[in-house]
Order: sequence, then C-alpha cells, then structure tokens
Amino acid sequence: MIGGLFIYNHKGEVLISRVYRDDIGRNAVDAFRVNVIHARQQVRSPVTNIARTSFFHVKRSNIWLAAVTKQNVNAAMVFEFLYKMCDVMTAYFGKISEENIKNNFVLIYELLDEILDFGYPQNSETGALKTFITQQGIKGQHQTKEEQSQITSQVTGQIGWRREGIKYRRNELFLDVLESVNLLMSPQGQVLSAHVSGRVVMKSYLSGMPECKFGMNDKIVIDKQGKGGTTDEPGKSGKQSIAIDDCTFHQCVRLSKFDSERSISFIPPDGEYELMRYRTTKDIILPFRVIPLVREVGRTKLEVKVVIKSNFKPSLLAQKIEVRIPTPLNTSGVQVICMKGKAKYKASENAIVWKIKRMAGMKESQISAEIELLPTNDKKKWARPPISMNFEVPFAPSGLKVRYLKVFESKLNYSDHDVIKWVRYIGRSGIYETRC
Amino acid sequence: MPAVSKGDGMRGLAVFISDIRNCKSKEAEIKRINKELANIRSKFKGDKALDGYSKKKYVCKLLFIFLLGHDIDFGHMEAVNLLSSNKYTEKQIGYLFISVLVNSNSELIRLINNAIKNDLSSRNPTFMCLALHCIANVGSREMAEAFAGEIPRILVAGDTMDSVKQSAALCLLRLYKTSPDLVLMGEWTSRVVHLLNDQHMIVSSASTDLQDYTYYFVPAPWLSCKLLRLLQCYPPPEDGAVKGRLVECLETILNKAQEPPKSKKVQHSNAKNAILFEAISLIIHYDSEPNLLVRACNQLGQFLQHRETNLRYLALESMCTLASSEFSHEAVKTHIETVINALKTERDVSVRQRAADLLYAMCDRSNAKQIVAEMLSYLETADYSIREEMVLKVAILAEKYAVDYSWYVDTILNLIRIAGDYVSEEVWYRVIQIVINRDDVQGYAAKTVFEALQAPACHENMVKVGGYILGEFGNLIAGDPRSSPLVQFNLLHSKFHLCSVPTRALLLSAYIKFINLFPETKSTIQEVLRSDSQIRNSDVELQQRAVEYLKLSSIASTDVLATVLEEMPPFPERESSILAKLKKKKGPGAVSVNELEEGKREGGELNGGGERGDNSAIASTPSPSADLLGLRTGPPVTAAAPSAGSLLVDVFSEADPATPLPESNELFVCKNNGVLFENQLLQIGIKSEYRQNLGRMYLFYGNKTSVQFITFTTTLNVQSKPVEPLIEGGAQVQQVINIECLTDFSDAPLLNIKFRYGGALQNLTLKLPVTINKFFQPTEMASHDFFQRWKQLSLPQQEAQKIFKANHAMDTEVLKAKLLGLGMALLENVDPNPENFVCAGVIQTKAQQVGSLLRLEPNAQAQNLGGRSVLHPACSTINSCVDSLCVCCGLRGEGGGRKVKQKDGSGASLPSLLFYPQNFSRKNCTLAVSLEHSL
Repeated sequence: MIGGLFIYNHKGEVLISRVYRDDIGRNAVDAFRVNVIHARQQVRSPVTNIARTSFFHVKRSNIWLAAVTKQNVNAAMVFEFLYKMCDVMTAYFGKISEENIKNNFVLIYELLDEILDFGYPQNSETGALKTFITQQGIKGQHQTKEEQSQITSQVTGQIGWRREGIKYRRNELFLDVLESVNLLMSPQGQVLSAHVSGRVVMKSYLSGMPECKFGMNDKIVIDKQGKGGTTDEPGKSGKQSIAIDDCTFHQCVRLSKFDSERSISFIPPDGEYELMRYRTTKDIILPFRVIPLVREVGRTKLEVKVVIKSNFKPSLLAQKIEVRIPTPLNTSGVQVICMKGKAKYKASENAIVWKIKRMAGMKESQISAEIELLPTNDKKKWARPPISMNFEVPFAPSGLKVRYLKVFESKLNYSDHDVIKWVRYIGRSGIYETRC
Repeated sequence: MPAVSKGDGMRGLAVFISDIRNCKSKEAEIKRINKELANIRSKFKGDKALDGYSKKKYVCKLLFIFLLGHDIDFGHMEAVNLLSSNKYTEKQIGYLFISVLVNSNSELIRLINNAIKNDLSSRNPTFMCLALHCIANVGSREMAEAFAGEIPRILVAGDTMDSVKQSAALCLLRLYKTSPDLVLMGEWTSRVVHLLNDQHMIVSSASTDLQDYTYYFVPAPWLSCKLLRLLQCYPPPEDGAVKGRLVECLETILNKAQEPPKSKKVQHSNAKNAILFEAISLIIHYDSEPNLLVRACNQLGQFLQHRETNLRYLALESMCTLASSEFSHEAVKTHIETVINALKTERDVSVRQRAADLLYAMCDRSNAKQIVAEMLSYLETADYSIREEMVLKVAILAEKYAVDYSWYVDTILNLIRIAGDYVSEEVWYRVIQIVINRDDVQGYAAKTVFEALQAPACHENMVKVGGYILGEFGNLIAGDPRSSPLVQFNLLHSKFHLCSVPTRALLLSAYIKFINLFPETKSTIQEVLRSDSQIRNSDVELQQRAVEYLKLSSIASTDVLATVLEEMPPFPERESSILAKLKKKKGPGAVSVNELEEGKREGGELNGGGERGDNSAIASTPSPSADLLGLRTGPPVTAAAPSAGSLLVDVFSEADPATPLPESNELFVCKNNGVLFENQLLQIGIKSEYRQNLGRMYLFYGNKTSVQFITFTTTLNVQSKPVEPLIEGGAQVQQVINIECLTDFSDAPLLNIKFRYGGALQNLTLKLPVTINKFFQPTEMASHDFFQRWKQLSLPQQEAQKIFKANHAMDTEVLKAKLLGLGMALLENVDPNPENFVCAGVIQTKAQQVGSLLRLEPNAQAQNLGGRSVLHPACSTINSCVDSLCVCCGLRGEGGGRKVKQKDGSGASLPSLLFYPQNFSRKNCTLAVSLEHSL
C-alpha cells in the first residue's frame, strides 16, 4: 500500500509531504528529488525504484506528485489514485499550480487524511468529500447532529457517493460525450494506427435517489436486440452500432448487471462526475485528412505544402484548428502563405504553426511555406518529425450515440419525462499526426 | 594583455544568460534556446555582413548553449573568421570556441591551422600566446603534426619574449605527452638545454621566473620540489663527490624541517612539508643511505600524529614505501602502535586505507600475530570499500607468516565469519590447499569448521570450506560423540537449502565422501540423494550429481568406493592464488608484491598448495604406467566415467545386460590388465602375461549380485581350463587360459559365457584381448642399424602407414608409456628428430619370427600425430595393430569420443567420481578423460 505522498514544485522543493507508514524514511523525499527531478537524463518511466523503494509519479504542469511505497503494490491502483487526487484538488481549488498548493496546504493535508488511510485509498468522490471537507472553516456550529450522522451513514453506507434527501425544483441532467481521436498516418494517407479514447461525463441535478439507465449504440446490445426482432432493421442497426474495445465505469454503475445484461444502470452522484471511459479502434471517423508535400531544393531550401481536408457533414463546424509543421533544426528563415487562418514560424518550438478558427465539413485549405536553411557541418539528415494537428469537432469520432438515459424515481413524484436532458458531443484531437 | 574595453560587454549575451537562468522549467529553457538558435541562424544566414562585435556575441552565445549541453552544428565558420580579427577579445573568443568545439576531422581544420600559423609568425606576443594556448588546449595529433616543427623554433629564438617562451614550452610539453613520436627531441634538446640549463620542460618553465624567490620564508619551494622530483627520474649519481653533496643537501632539508616554524601561516608549513616529502621520496628512491632512511622514517613518525589529516595521509603513504626498504624496515616497525591506532580512529577512509597498507607492508614474522589480529578486529567495522582488499591482505599475511597452522586455520575461518561476503574464492581455496597438504592441521581444521558451522547463520563460504574439509577429514573428529558422523552430516545438511547451486554441488560431493568415510551414514545420505529435491532438481548439475552419487553408492563395492573417493592428494606447489589475485587488483595494495614474493620464499614451508583442480582422483595417480592405471581405475570408471559411454547406458537400462565393450579390445592393445567387461550382473577382469610366443591369461569372473549364477560355462576356441559352474553371489572365480601363438592371426579368440541368473539364461560373447602385438619381443638396435633396415623394407606390402589426427594434446610421457605397452622397444637417440618415436621389436610365433620397426612422427603444430609406422613386411595383421595404435594414441573409437563431446558440449560436468570444487570440474574432467582414453 502507499507509504507516503509527496508534492514537489519544479525545482524539487517539497510542498506537501505526508507519510502514512513507518517503512518510509525521511530520506525518501530527497531520494526522489535527487534521482528523478534533478536527474541529468530525463527520467521517462513513471515508476522509479530507488533503494528498494518504489516511486510513482505524475506531473501536472510544473508540479510533481509522487506516491512512494516499499511494498509490491498494484501500480495501476496507485496511478488511478494519483489521478483521482488531481481531480479532487482541481475540484477544490482549480488549477494545480505551486501557488494554489501553497495557498491550500491545510486543505490538502485534510484531504490526504481523508482519501488515504494508512496507505489504503478511501472514498475519493469529490461530491461526497465536499460535504464534510469544506473551505469555509469549521461548519460544526451550523451542522445539526442529524446532518452529521447523515454524513457518517452516507460515507460508510452502501451508496457512499450520494446523500439522501437531495431536492431540486428542476430535475435536469447534462451528458457530455468527450472523445479524443489519435492517429498516425503515412504520407501516402495510409492509417498506421488510430484509436479513440472517450469519456462520458454526466452532470446531474436530480432529486431523491433516482435509478438511471444509460443506453448507447454498443454493438453487442444492438445485435442482441436485432435478434430479438425489435423495430430496428437489422442492416441499419449494424451500421450505426460501434464496437467498444474496453471500458471502465464509475463506481456507481452496477457491474453485475453490466456483465449479465450489458445494461448500464446506476444511482448517480450529485453534480459532475465521469460515468464511463472507453476506447475504440474500429471504424473511426477521421475528421481531418492532412496531405503533406515536402520538397528539398538544394541544401539550403525546403518547400513545404500542406493541404487539410475536413471530412464530416458540411453542416458541422470544426473549431480551434491548429496545424503544426515541424521545421529543420538549421532553419534560418521562413516565408509562409496561407489562404485561410493565420500561420507563423515559431522558432522556439522549431515549427510553423497554422491556426484556423473555424472550418466547415467537406472543405479544404492549404498552406505553403518556403524554409531557408543554414548549411551545417552535421551530415545527419533531418529526421522529418510528423505534422501534428489539433482541433475540436461537435460529434463523436468513434460514432458513439447516446440512445437513452432513463431516470426512475419511484418515491418522488417525477418521472422520466419530467427530467430535462442535454446531450453534447465533443471530439478533440489527441495525438493526431501525419508523417511527411 | 590589453584591458577589455567597456564596449565589449556584450549586453545581448548577458540578457540571454539571465533569461536562461530565469527559466522555470527545462521545457522553458529549451524553448528559449531554440528561439535564440533561430535568431543566430537568421543572423548568420549571410544576407548582410556582420560586424566583429555581433559575430563575437553570437559565437559566445553558441558557446554558452553548447556548454549547457545542446548540440551546436553551425557557427564554426564565423568563429574561424574571428581568428583573423585584430581585436584581442574577438580573437580570444574565436580561439575559445575552436578549442572547445572544433573536432579534428572538420573541414575547417586547414583554415584554423592557417590562422594559427599567421598568429605564430606575428610579432604580437599576445596573439602568439593565444595561438599557443589553443594548440595546447586542443592538443590533438593533427595539431602536433602541423606545429611540432614550429614551436621549438619559437622556444629557442632569441627575440621571443619570456611569457611567450613559457607558453611555447608548456605547449610543447603537451604535444610531447600526446604524441612523443612527432615531437622530435633530438634536434632541439641541446639548444633548449643550453638555453635553460635543463631539458625538462616543467623546470624550464618554472626556472624562467622562479629564481631568487622566497615564499613564506621558504626559498623557491616550487622549484625545489620540481628539482627533487626531477632527480627521482635518475639513478643515484655514480660520482662520489656529487653524491656527497646530494646527501648533504638532503640532510639539510631534513634539518630544516626540524626547525621550529618561522611563521604560523599554513602556507609556510605547506611549503616546508612539500619539500620534505619530496626529499624523503628521493631518499627512498636512492635506497642506499641507511641513516637518511632512518631519519626520514623518524620524521615521518612525527607526522603520523599530526593534526592535519593530509599530512597523516602522506606520512602513512611514504612510510609504506619506506617499509619495503631493508634499512628502514625496523625503524618503521617502531610505529606500529600509532598506525594501529590510526587504522581504528581515523575519520577519513582513505587515511585508514593507507594505514592498512602500511600495516601490511611492515608486517613480518615478529609482529604478524598482532597485526593480523588488529586487522581482523578492524575488519568488523571496516568501510565497505576497503573490505575486500583487507580480507586479501589478512589472508596473505596469515599464510605468509603462519608459524603454526592451527593459528592460520583459525584466522582464515574468522575471516570468513567476519567478512564472508568479501572473501573471494581464492582465499578459501587456499585454506583447503593448505589443510590438504598438511597432515598435522587436518584434525584441528575439521574440529574448527565443525564448531564454526554450528553458528545458526553461517556464511556460504564457511559452508563451502566446512563441506570440503568435513568431506575429507570428517573421520578425524568422528570419534567424539558430539561430532559423530550423523551429527556432522545433519549439520552440513541443515545449511544445504540456504546455499547457492555451486555450494550445493560441493555439499553433494561431500555427502558421497561421507558414504565412503562412514558407511553407517549410507542409508541416510542415500535417502537424501533419492529425495525429489535432489534427484529431480531443476539444476542439471545438481541432478546429475545426485543421480550419479546415488548409483555410485549403491553399485560400487566398498573397495571401489574407497578408491574413487580417496582422500585428495596433496596439491602441487604453486604460486599462492591469493597473491595472484592481489596482484591483479590495482592500487596501493599491490605496491609491495615483489617484496611479498621474497617473503614468500623464506616463509615457504607453508606453501604446499597450488591451484586445486589439476588434481582429481584419476589424474592424480602420477605414474604413467598404463598397467597400473588400468587396474586401478578400471572398475569405477566403468560405473561412471564418461569414456565408457555404452556402459553408462548399461547401468541404467535393464533391458540387455550383455552388451560387450566395443572398444575394450583396443584398450587392451597397450596394456595387459584391466576390466574386460562389466554390467550390473557380472564383471570380468583380465590379467595376462606374455613371453615370446606363449601367453597366460587369468580371467576373473565376479558376480556382482547377491544371487548365485548357476551352470556357469565358458567356451573358447582356445584351450582353457574349465571354470567352476557355480559362482556364489558376490564371489569371484578365476579361470586361467594358456595361449600360444602359432602363426600370425587377425581375429581375436572369442569367449562365450553362459550362465543362469535367477531363472534367466544369460549369454555373452566377448573377444579376448589377444592381439599380435602381445607377442612382441623388444629389440634394441643402434641408429644406423635401424635406418638401414628401415630402408630395406621399402616394398609397398612391407609398409603400413597411417596419418591421423590426435584428439588430445600430446604428452610425451603418455605416448612413451603407450608405445612401451605395445610391446616394442622404444629406441632412444635413434631418430635425428627428437620429436619422433622409434621402436623395434620381433614378433614371436611358433612358425616364424618377424622383425618389425615403427616410427611415430608427431606433428605438434597441427596437433597431428602423423604416424608413419612402418611395421612389418608381409604381416598384414599388423595393420590392425597400427589401427589400434592410432586409436590408442588419439583417435578414439567413435562411441567413446562422441560421448565425450556431448558431455562437454552440454556444459554439464562429467559424471563426477572425483571430489573437487565445482568451478574446476570442466577442466579436470577433460584431463581425466584424456588420460583414460589414452590407456
């Protein structure tokens, strides 16, 4: 189990140090700083073993979070915990930065006491935590005894993520399907690897203890229904369903039901949370196609032409498009011409960055650049890193569709129809690269 | 040097550096550098000419970026351009960039060399110095090639300024150090010597500006030190007067060092001590003035307790060399208490190390016990970095100066106990060598290891020593009920499971030795060997040992066991393996190895040992006599030795017990006695003698089972006395066969054996090992006689020749023994080539007598045994003899040879009837096998 948890700033100074077990000595803090943060060659592995002690670290901007243990723990669990910890901190005080951590160190220690006990992860549900760890000082005077006992029964009870007696005038829920699409494409347009990792994030403002059921166009479910001979035509359903490679759920989802019937049913926490995470690799809709054309003119000149084509319904608008064209390390000057958007040579990043604010589907746009090179002693050829792209599109590149989200609350007097539901799809680029 | 003017401040560089320093993360730093690089690239693009200042600034920035650890692949040209500038600062930056960044194979090197040449030939001393510094800093071979001719000229030119000369001298020294072949000393040495009265570059540089200079009341300390060091490069002066003056000087230095300090400043004492230490090392270097040496030693003794750590260190170091001198050895010894104290109390590990070195160096017979005891007690707390060396030193001292062996054994066992991890293999090998070679300590050693093993946690090395010694000499302490055989075994076995594989293998060997030493433990040990964890061990070596030992213990009779598992013979005298190890280890520990070896000669009575391993039960039987070997090794070999490959199969497969040895007859070409046949039922031994054409053969039929053989009959196509029809279980009957050779023959007589074992009828047919060469009568003849006859026998049918490859390295003694075994006379000093073997003999049959000659021409280089064995006219059967001989001499029959290869190739050791440490098994076995083959 986790023996201790440290937070460092970029210089390696310790901001937070919480040791849960005796087998972690005082020098463990320094060991990580010396061997990882200050290491000459950058340490790329997230797990480092130093003197029979394992350090698991994640980095958020300039902040290092390191969990340390002497035991043979489940590394995935530790990282899951660290990410959760980041989420909790973000939920409490926003961006994780040195300043924020310094300003909230009391709160962080309080949180650390709550979410880890003797190194064992405890309830890390932000919503639940917020009921008893607050930033407004001691709330004890306002809290009645009843409320306090309610917290206890909730935290220790079966449904630890939701308290009883929540009431909303308007029962409302927001469902966001957030996907990031990753691609590596050859210069000829052949897909070398592609996958989508997606999340379903739900924001729920529902009264009571509602029972929810979430349905999407999962291939297995659709096929099963198709066999059952429901209204859907079998051919059509096959097209619209997607094959999910793997998925994980929030703790509120009843896994036994998912295993047996593949139906996703749950009592949701109040507020925002991530309902599920999934990954698909088949039949991905690639929103953009990048066509590079690089021509070397002698030793001192390089001509680059890049065409991007949007490949989705013309009615949809992609946003925040950014194409990053790497330039050789001996670039001495760049001239760029583009029809749409703005393009600029960024010397500090060794790349030409081309930004387009908006672009409709089934359109294409083009940039051409002339790069002047300085002759060098080095015989090494330029490695030609891939052209990368960023964008945001209002649909799910995996093809995932929310079919329904039903809400049942038998005790209170509202039905599924009374709940106002919002669904939004956002597809973002992950690592979206085309070789040139 | 011209002062740097204010305008040269290079603000841009300062801004850039402060930007970099303010970066909060590595990423930010890289971004800033990329930006700057792009900026510099755009500036260097060549659209418009840059002025010297900006060029210098950008080159500086590039240099800074390079020093931050980023690759720079441009800007070299600009730096070279700076070299031709007339401004000092620009030139300086250019040279700086080049000495840091330009590699020798760059295309620019010609431009650079040109620029340097220009500067060297300029009249400006500053520029000359810069160029010289650059040459020295780069110091590459190319530089040496380009400028080796030029620099001496600058050095000796009359109009060169002193500072330039100094630079030139240092530069030349640097080039001389990197490529002495290019810097030709001869041409200019005399002129340099003439100019500065000294050829040594350090001195020349120093002497130019260090005369008449007093530094904190010490006159010219650097110069003095350098001069003293220079003198150490030469042998002591021959001339008496010069020598007298030198000794006088040295005495003065020693006297001066004794004077009370003139200043309390640390520089004063440093300078004084520096000269003193150099003087002492010169004294040590001369090593001929006893009173100086003793004085030096005494003065160093004062430093031993100085409060300055560095001085203590230096004193210990110098003392170490003093201890090796015969004159001052005694004087050094008087400081033993101080040194021991230093070893225990010094805070700095390097000083402790020196103290340990000194103790080691000053050790002799008189103080060995004390020093070894102190080192041992220190070892418990010693720093990890010096432990291994300490262990080696203790081991060597204990061995070298051991007066009684029980002390030696105690010391080493203590050593293993205290610092087991640091005790290398060599150390415990050595103990065993010595224990085996000295009868008088064996009992004591057994008792001591037994006691040492009783500690609940023993080091593995201790278990190894324990296993070996108890396996060999456990019987010496078995009388005591507290260390009865079973107790010994249980003690060893309690450690078994905690040990590594090699140790376990050694322990298994110890167990089989136990079976031999104490028959009462046999069942217990067999039980252990039979357990799944042994006989089905996943480690091949362990499994093989377990299987073989189990079989060996159950099959072989006690006599056989006793022979196979005989006590190890003494090791031949060799260089101590520990000493060899210490020699291998670099560092101050090896300083006094020469002296050690001398010491070893005087303390030689202990050095019975050598590398164990060349010895094994078989190989150790020193006599080359084939007969003896054949008799002794016969039975056990058939049980386990690899050469008898087919037999090995026999032992394990129950199916057909009657497989005769295919190559057994070849074995008997050169010998008369041995085991003809063996399976799990029956063993047939042979003893035979031949005189002229008559022979008598004794066949021994041994019943290996506990059941009797009924209706035992043998039939032979030769006359034989009938054998008794009944062989009791475990009994042996004898049969005598008289043989007479009537005429030459090619097929050996066949022996048919029939008997009933249990209910089953067993039938065996064997070839009797009777070959024509048995009837050889050796003949002596002189050289010319031999060659006359040799030439006469030139007809093709009179000659048989065979060229074959030897499987094993040729051993003259072995070959001789084999040729003698063939029955012919080995003629010495007959063949002009001493490598060749020449034999002569007469074959005696009843019908005729046939003389034959043999010549064996070994070709050592090609490992060929190019045997041209001219034997006998018209006697075709001799050919088969030649074949057999070939087989014996090296070309082993297929079965045996291949078997060996398999065994060797698999990496596993051969069936080990030998008792040896695991590490040596491979070597040993090939040795044993080769001997076995040649029989």
